[in-house]
Amino acid sequence: MGLDKTGIAKRIAQELRDGWYVNLGIGIPTLVANYIPQGIEVEFQSENGVLGMGPFPFEGDEDADLINAGKQTITTMKGASFFDSATSFAMIRGQHVQLTVLGAMEVSEKGDIANWKIPGKMVKGMGGAMDLVASADNIIVAMMHSNRAGVSKLLKSCSLPLTGVACVKKVVTDLAVLEINGGAFHLLERAPGVSVEEIQSKTEGRLVVHGDVPEMSL
Amino acid sequence: MNKVVDNVGIAVEGIKDNMTLMLGGFGLCGIPENSISELVKIGVSGLTCISNNAGVDDFGLGLLLQNKQIKKMISSYVGENDEFERQMLSGELEVDLIPQGSLAERCRAGGAGIPAFYTPAGYGTEVAEGKEVRDFNGKPHILESALSADFAIVKAWKGDTEGNLVFKATARNFNPMMAMAGKITIAEVEELVPAGALDPNEIHTPGIFVQRIFQGARFEKRIEQRTTRSK
Repeated sequence: MGLDKTGIAKRIAQELRDGWYVNLGIGIPTLVANYIPQGIEVEFQSENGVLGMGPFPFEGDEDADLINAGKQTITTMKGASFFDSATSFAMIRGQHVQLTVLGAMEVSEKGDIANWKIPGKMVKGMGGAMDLVASADNIIVAMMHSNRAGVSKLLKSCSLPLTGVACVKKVVTDLAVLEINGGAFHLLERAPGVSVEEIQSKTEGRLVVHGDVPEMSL
Repeated sequence: MNKVVDNVGIAVEGIKDNMTLMLGGFGLCGIPENSISELVKIGVSGLTCISNNAGVDDFGLGLLLQNKQIKKMISSYVGENDEFERQMLSGELEVDLIPQGSLAERCRAGGAGIPAFYTPAGYGTEVAEGKEVRDFNGKPHILESALSADFAIVKAWKGDTEGNLVFKATARNFNPMMAMAGKITIAEVEELVPAGALDPNEIHTPGIFVQRIFQGARFEKRIEQRTTRSK
């Protein structure tokens, strides 16, 4: 069965720690903001130039001058700040942002990530993804374990043009939580009701299983 | 020093075919829409445009694309624009895609007298092809060069007659760096005020970077993705 997108977001939210500045990519990562664990405070950075991003505005309160990196209308929290794009990427490359969560088309067992281009099909540009993955200390990829055609997205090596090399440390999919280390995916947790065998069969890259693998608690 | 010009027509005087322009904005947020409309009107072509995005089909830089006035785009993300995709795939339009942070820093460098800099962004990807690689602290970086432009066109919320600018919220984005990197920088503002009306403590872009300033006649400020929650 595996998790839906909300489930993936809920599991990633458990990785948040008090006092962190966090950059959330477009798609599943955006949903993480809805499940911040009780009792901790995090601040969301959007690379177009806002720190302290809040929820979507109430209808009628939209401001064309206030958007996130997905070009969606947003609000700000108390204590928010605005800045230019050079300052924004100084925060990112300078490792002032503690966690980056982003989606991917492919991740390799070496921690390479491809998420910006399908030659001949989708050529929209990398936006801030290359800057984010090149510098972040702590990158979590949120994605489905297989693509729509059923092909594994956790590979020995990426086939699509790379966004960054040897940078992804952790992947949370609909089936599992995996850590990338020493050229392999290490299985940390299974989604409820998903067997190690199923995860093994849907992981093309090298998968290392250490003893009994616990189920995620959501 | 008074930088005020009477209208957008005078503001864009001197922009000619085959020039390189920088245009501020992120998506449709903070784009110099009055100046873009004027460029459509005067019909300059063969332009190289440096801008994070390329607008949508019927707004922003998309208008110049529709009119085939752009020869080359230098951007970080160009989705949401069918005409762009068509021209790119058919080879009519030259496109240089650059990581967003590198684009911002290359503009900043261009205005700050820094000819090039090393960044980790893009190492090991096609962005690094043909670029010098050097290790710092055990980590590989690539050499990126500064960008400059014949004209930079930026949009601010408020500006004064001296060319000092204040931006609103996330409409700031690339505007301050581009203002620094233009040989001539044109600022269109929503509200033009006399010198002294803006608090010097709160100026985002000092007037030294701005050569011409005018109050835009009309701002549509279109929203690209209207997202709301219910009360």
